[in-house]
Amino acid sequence: MAWQWFHRLGSPRWFYQKTGAWLPWLALASAVLLIVGSIWGLGFAPEDAKQGNSYRIIFVHVPAAFLALAGYYLMAVSGAIGLIWKMKLAFAVMRAAAPIGAVLTFIALFTGAIWGKPTWGAYWVWDARITSMLILLFLYIGVMALSQAVNREQVADRACALLALVGTVNIPIIYKSVDWWFTLHQPATLRLTEASSIDPSMFYPLLTVIIGFYCMYAWTLLTHTRTLLLRREIRTKWVQQVLTEGK
Amino acid sequence: MQFQFSSFADFLMMDGHGIYVWISYAVTFAALTALALYPWITRRRIQRELQRQQRIVQRRRKVTKERMAVVESA
Repeated sequence: MAWQWFHRLGSPRWFYQKTGAWLPWLALASAVLLIVGSIWGLGFAPEDAKQGNSYRIIFVHVPAAFLALAGYYLMAVSGAIGLIWKMKLAFAVMRAAAPIGAVLTFIALFTGAIWGKPTWGAYWVWDARITSMLILLFLYIGVMALSQAVNREQVADRACALLALVGTVNIPIIYKSVDWWFTLHQPATLRLTEASSIDPSMFYPLLTVIIGFYCMYAWTLLTHTRTLLLRREIRTKWVQQVLTEGK
Repeated sequence: MQFQFSSFADFLMMDGHGIYVWISYAVTFAALTALALYPWITRRRIQRELQRQQRIVQRRRKVTKERMAVVESA
């Protein structure tokens, strides 16, 4: 059957067993990449000609912002898959993605505010990019709150998926905000379609941290989803087995 | 590639920008650590909850068995 893998993917048990083997590798990769990238960025990348050493915040700010946005796509797409195919696992992934995205958005906003002080002279500015990121944070918190507020799980799943899907309007606005409104936030440093406006000596450590953040994101999403599945499927035999055997 | 600072103190200071840089890294590290620990803590909680439920079920079964024995002997 061509579609068998798709149905199997929807099985929480299959997912739990399959992903267990990936976790240590993802954890190892993210730890190595994040440590190497951070040391590289903090100590070995050259100083920025305009911003001095404060620019070193970029090595946590940009990856966190990247993943905050990518995480939103992932949450919305999982919600859509859940709505269309009524897949429990997709809803679990969607719910797990919300707190992770909220924390990453918080990191992006917080480090951005700290970076703003020496660079712009103010912690907070109502700049288009910053405001749309704040809306992103509220969207994530909204999904989290909604998933807690509704008692019936299936209703909560659908409501969260709808909110997540409606909220995707915000994503292109965030991407384009630095071009549409030319306010304080600097335009994108990394571009896929044209040459990036960053020197290789700063780009490689940045790339290292970004890949590290991606691995960390995958690892965190898997562990959160797995725990969520354990809670949801606690009445099934396989979950009770997993919990008592401590695997 | 070489180390950009002349001393460790220099590295910490970063020409006056050190405080901003280090706070950013510390908060990021703390937030990511909390995110990583959360499933582990939740899992422990679920485990304890399951054990509690299983104990209740066992106790109930035991009581029922004892009562049945009493009824049968009577």
